[in-house]
Amino acid sequence: MRGESWQTAEIPGPKKAHVITDPRIVASLIKRSSRPILVVGGEADEAVVNYAIELSKAVGMPIAATPSTLKAFAERGFKDAHPFSAVEIGERLRDPDWEGLDGSGQYDLALFMGFKYYVSWLILSGLKHFAKRGEGYLTTVSLDPYYQPHASWSLPNLTRERWEENIKGLLHHLGR
Amino acid sequence: MGVKGVKVKLDELETAIGRFKGLEISIGRVVEEIPEEPIGPTPFPSIADLRDWDLKLLRRYRPFYMPFCDLCCLCTFGKCDLTQGKRGACGLDMAAQQSRIVLLACCIGAATHIGHARHLVEHLIEKYGRETPINIGEDAVEIDMPVTTLVTGVKPKTLGDLEMVLDYCEEQLTHLLSCCHTGMEGNNLDFESKVFHAGMIDQIGMEIADAAQISAYGFPRADPEAPFTEIGWGVVDTSKPVILVIGHNVPPAVEIVNYLIDHQLYGQVEVAGICCTAHDITRYNAGAKIIGPISWQLRFVRSGIPDVIVVDEQCIRTNLITEAMKIGAPFIAASEKCCHGLPDRTHDDPDAIVEDLVSGKAPGALILDPDKVGEVAVRVAMEIAPKRRKSGILPSREEVVEWAKRCRRCLECRRACPNDLPIPEALEKAAKGDLSALEALYEDCIGCVRCESACPQGIPIHSLIASAARERMASERFKIRVGRGAVQDVEIRRVGGPIVLGEIPGVVALVGCANYPRGGIEVAEIAEEFARRNYIVVATGCAAMSMAMVKDEEGQTIYEKYPGVFDAGGVLNIGSCVSNPHIAGAAIKIARIFAKRNLRANYEEIADYILNRVGAVGVAWGAMSQKAASIASGFWRLGVPVIVGPHGMKYRRMLLGRREREEDWYVYDARTGDRVYVGPAPEHLFYAAETKEEAMVMIAKLVMRPSDTTKGRAIKLTHWIDLHKRFYGRLPDDLHLYVRRKADIPITMRDEIMKFLEEKGWQERPIPDPTLLKRLIRG
Ligand code: SF4
Ligand code: SF4
Ligand code: SF4
Repeated sequence: MRGESWQTAEIPGPKKAHVITDPRIVASLIKRSSRPILVVGGEADEAVVNYAIELSKAVGMPIAATPSTLKAFAERGFKDAHPFSAVEIGERLRDPDWEGLDGSGQYDLALFMGFKYYVSWLILSGLKHFAKRGEGYLTTVSLDPYYQPHASWSLPNLTRERWEENIKGLLHHLGR
Repeated sequence: MGVKGVKVKLDELETAIGRFKGLEISIGRVVEEIPEEPIGPTPFPSIADLRDWDLKLLRRYRPFYMPFCDLCCLCTFGKCDLTQGKRGACGLDMAAQQSRIVLLACCIGAATHIGHARHLVEHLIEKYGRETPINIGEDAVEIDMPVTTLVTGVKPKTLGDLEMVLDYCEEQLTHLLSCCHTGMEGNNLDFESKVFHAGMIDQIGMEIADAAQISAYGFPRADPEAPFTEIGWGVVDTSKPVILVIGHNVPPAVEIVNYLIDHQLYGQVEVAGICCTAHDITRYNAGAKIIGPISWQLRFVRSGIPDVIVVDEQCIRTNLITEAMKIGAPFIAASEKCCHGLPDRTHDDPDAIVEDLVSGKAPGALILDPDKVGEVAVRVAMEIAPKRRKSGILPSREEVVEWAKRCRRCLECRRACPNDLPIPEALEKAAKGDLSALEALYEDCIGCVRCESACPQGIPIHSLIASAARERMASERFKIRVGRGAVQDVEIRRVGGPIVLGEIPGVVALVGCANYPRGGIEVAEIAEEFARRNYIVVATGCAAMSMAMVKDEEGQTIYEKYPGVFDAGGVLNIGSCVSNPHIAGAAIKIARIFAKRNLRANYEEIADYILNRVGAVGVAWGAMSQKAASIASGFWRLGVPVIVGPHGMKYRRMLLGRREREEDWYVYDARTGDRVYVGPAPEHLFYAAETKEEAMVMIAKLVMRPSDTTKGRAIKLTHWIDLHKRFYGRLPDDLHLYVRRKADIPITMRDEIMKFLEEKGWQERPIPDPTLLKRLIRG
């Protein structure tokens, strides 16, 4: 299946994201990853924060969250959200030598939610081109309800309802 | 005498600095004597002369590139796929390509200002004579052009003197642009150094343009009490003929006002502006009015209110002539840079041009003589206004509903809209007669009409939004101080100490265009927040306008509420885009006046001073243009961090520090030569925030400087922590990096912060006399 960018003019390529046709794909990427991280952006609403917490808890995955969402995470008693703005976490995920949130080194999988379309579009492009990991590159996944061509994997453009179905499906396959 | 010759001569002088004082330096036509001040190490620097300084900055503030596209298509070898480490046919990699694109953008921006300055200087010399003195602040300003003096070492005295400085700018710009050619520069950091150079040269170009127009036209000269004028859609008296001026190069608009005055017509015709020409015409004559920033172009034109539209250069909607034709308003192009396909009528009899435009025989004219533009615009406006009766093309309420019914919910408009506005949803409601959702889009709409281009049904979406917001637009009436120009020396004397010691928490410069993610109201909110907290808020360009377009409960705008002085809690409209160097100039003059540092050709030392001591931050919340890119880069090299809104990420690269990388945050203590850790201050040089809250917290953070006294740091921490808690609900995680001594801790938060510091294992550390330059170590 070919993805189509949400913003019409953002013609991608040659390298474009694979479309996530089934949430099982993401579940298996997460299960196979030795160090996944979830990145939450400035457009995250309550639902995104709730799903992010669920995802994090499902596999013990830390969250790098834009500081404006910290209140929402704290109100839910969630402690594993670390404040980084979009460009700050982008720059760190790019650097193969970054020590990570816990000092144990870089991540091999980064999932993104709650971003303005063009913000994650740009961050994901930076990572696609520059986030070297050994011989390869960081795997990135966009979990927002629109196709993000610069991710390694992205959901397609979705209505809010279909998007929630996908996220719930992902949680289900992660055992939540 | 060429600039090269100048340099040799100055280099010779440089060797004599230590031994001779009171040298007279002869540079072409510029003869200047500053007996107490020798020439510094880098007069008229070439593109690599400040490279060491740039690399120091770039080692700390590393570029993070975010390519727009995987390809390069700049030469016929291409397209080349540069994805993931691939190189193009010329050997270039993606990092170098991205930095090359940034350099290209900055060259375009700098060329625009320098070209503007050249046209302006030529015109003003012709009109007022080359001996016209440079005077931007009467006796209140000692150094009229601090950026020029800092970079080149010279101090221009007359309009004629500006020409050779422009020669230098144009020469540098040519070299910089040549570096973008295939097979030239290959290293991304060297491209970035050239980006900084372009920004620095751009600052000179802007400074020349503004110094020339202030001097010749008598704009306010560093005046804290600059008069008020009106801004907003509703300020135009539609019973009169209306001339709309758009752009940045003010002579045609000046001649319109002059013609009105000379022919006793002043007051009978409304002269209203959009974008920087509006700023500058109100600096010339506060009776002129401002409609608003760049995004107001189409909605105002479509209203039918303008009877004649005069455009000069920059940021003009490029198909505006077709919009003018739709409302039957003649269109006059006044710059050879933007001819818009019109016949050149510069040498025609004004009677003939007026006749053709009024009768509709010709939709517009290219007139490259500002005097003639003045005459033709006024005469046409007066003759055509009674015939046109302001007929616009904004649909009526009923027509809006009918248009909305044609919508097929295909989403193409929303997918074209840069702000992803929910247009189809709003139209669905409008089709049922409820225009509220459509009206709600007004604030966030930047007026680009990409939605209309995309709509397969041909629905005039932007017009529908404007029509739904008609009442609101008509009620837009605000007060703004006209651009005051430079900051006075006496103001610097008063605040230099408190700024460097940190007691005035910072200078926040709100600049740039109107590509806002959520409307101009956010700029007003940011300005208000920091003015209320006793920062100094300075503004230029579209941002200065947007700040004015909000009233408080008492009906006052920010310019009415706060004084126009460069002091704590002041809110200053500095002027148009080309007035930006007055902001840089204020920072430079702090080093000169407060710290008695030499300015002449002493760029690196002054930039080092500003980076380490002057808590200034630029905020370009709606940065859009290539000019905004070069303006920002001029500030980076000078050590002033810049924050942009989320659209600013599309400049494709940030310059980001890493707070946890301790080794990046050492400086020399100029007293001892010791290497001392000072914490990540300022943390970033170029940063994009997603939300206004994030921007505000970051502003409060980026004003911290290594040299802050404990008292000053405590004040800065108070504001940062307060904003952080308000928006994020807790203490900053990296607070310990910014507390150097116990005395830094704000007293009211002492217990809470001490507990936090103990958990982090914090220890007191010294406060040095900070510098990145080894040669400045005294001990
Ligand atoms: S400039 Fe270099 S990378 Fe670009 S198209 Fe030409 S060969 Fe390819
Ligand atoms: S004109 Fe307004 S609504 Fe239309 S695309 Fe531009 S910003 Fe969006
Ligand atoms: S593009 Fe036109 S038809 Fe399609 S949803 Fe937008 S307004 Fe309706």
